[in-house]
Amino acid sequence: MGTRWLANFLGSSIGSKVTVAVSGLVLFGFVLGHLAGNLLVFRGKGALNDYAEFLAHQPGLVWTVRAVLLVALLAHVSMAIRLQLRNRAARPQPYARNATVQASLASRQMLLSGLLVLAYIVYHLLHFTVGATDHAAFEQVEQVVRNGATVQRHDVYRMVVTGFGHVPVAAAYVVANALLAWHLSHGVSSLFQTLGIDDPRYLSWIRRGGIGLAAVIGAGFISIPLCVQLGLIA
Amino acid sequence: MRLTLHVWRQANSAARGGMVTYQLDDVSPDESFLEMLDKLNEQLIERGEEPVAFDHDCREGICGSCSLMIDGIAHGPDAATTTCQLHMRRFRDGAEIYIEPWRAKAFPVLRDLITDRSAFDRVIQAGGYVSVNTGSAPDANAVPVPKADADAAMDAAACIGCGACVATCKNASAMLFVGAKLAHLARLPQGQAERRMRAKRMVEQMDAEGFGACTNQLECEAVCPKEIRVSVIAAMNRDFLRSSVF
Ligand code: HEM
Ligand code: FES
Repeated sequence: MGTRWLANFLGSSIGSKVTVAVSGLVLFGFVLGHLAGNLLVFRGKGALNDYAEFLAHQPGLVWTVRAVLLVALLAHVSMAIRLQLRNRAARPQPYARNATVQASLASRQMLLSGLLVLAYIVYHLLHFTVGATDHAAFEQVEQVVRNGATVQRHDVYRMVVTGFGHVPVAAAYVVANALLAWHLSHGVSSLFQTLGIDDPRYLSWIRRGGIGLAAVIGAGFISIPLCVQLGLIA
Repeated sequence: MRLTLHVWRQANSAARGGMVTYQLDDVSPDESFLEMLDKLNEQLIERGEEPVAFDHDCREGICGSCSLMIDGIAHGPDAATTTCQLHMRRFRDGAEIYIEPWRAKAFPVLRDLITDRSAFDRVIQAGGYVSVNTGSAPDANAVPVPKADADAAMDAAACIGCGACVATCKNASAMLFVGAKLAHLARLPQGQAERRMRAKRMVEQMDAEGFGACTNQLECEAVCPKEIRVSVIAAMNRDFLRSSVF
């Protein structure tokens, strides 16, 4: 059993595209799950902090997911950049007059939206996962009484409310998640086409569903900093 | 009609080219785009200048020789129409028209508006055929082909290999062309024996020629004079995946 087939596959245009699509699907799946978890903030402090405590007690699960996401992100970004370089090299001389017949702006700016989302992912991890940018907010704890004893746990709810209380921070999250939605407005339907899933029976579902899901993701994530700023979550 | 034409002029593949502006009067709205260029060339020859070189052959939309980016759109503004079938009535009197050759690393300019599209021939040579031992002719009806497959194969076979898909694609990708050539054989019983090998070899040759990779923007579908659909690209991806992974 050799590995040459794999090198050949990853080196080919379609192999690179499929890698971007599969890793994009993994990231997209995570984003959907992450949104569902985050929306618990609307069910109140108890619900969100219970969920956070549950995850904190599942190190195996959490680290497996993190490892998969890291591999997916590295594969996605490296292959997407390599494809873009190949594509640019394929047309060394530009047209004097260039028209676009039907390609969406989102589809033409995938590298830009992707790189901005990457910058946001780094910031977001430093902010809420590592606690490097807002230490005070990150350190907050909550006392809960369990079986008669008082225990301390990480107060994720307070952290989010304090974090999004700063206008520039809330604004950055709104912009970043709008960019993510923009990236996905092309990305979701595109990944199905890349994987060869385009039967006419459900093609229009894929195309419309991709944009719909991107909008749901954008609106869902943006609603949190927005509601904190509007005082609806406090 | 009076037109202002901005035309790409380039003496040979090594020379540096540039856009040159020409005024053309007395253009009839009933002329085809290529007849309009013929008229320009007659005037250039009368003035002792080099005529503009452009590819053409059948002038009836079936050979795939004609090309031209017209105002940034491959084969000009009409859908499902080759440049030779485009008519001047489509333009306003007094219009300014930009005319450029296909632009792709894999399609080097030979002269003016003519590019070398032999990269397509090499992709076909890599696997775009069916190998059979010839002998006495088989009965035409011996191999049953479902009507839906025959229709899909015929739709893909409509590709005339003009290269508009490459020219219009933001990534200069040839995937609509290669997908069409693969789909046309993959839908027929005769194409099954070499199906996987064909997909692999043609994609490898396509990559080696320096074409870009599709990003599913569907620009090719919009300009293809034969209305080939991007479903042929999805089918190619499936066959390539099967041949190289599964
Ligand atoms: C949460 C993060 C991300 C998600 C969910 C995501 C999702 C996707 C999806 C689903 C696709 C479509 C794949 C296809 O066309 O087959 C895609 C394409 C792309 N992504 Fe991402 N992406 C993310 C982050 C990034 C980052 C950080 C970059 C940075 C370079 C990036 C760059 C690209 C590019 C350039 C494409 C276009 C590839 C093409 O059109 O062929 N993405 N992304
Ligand atoms: S000249 Fe033959 S298709 Fe236009």
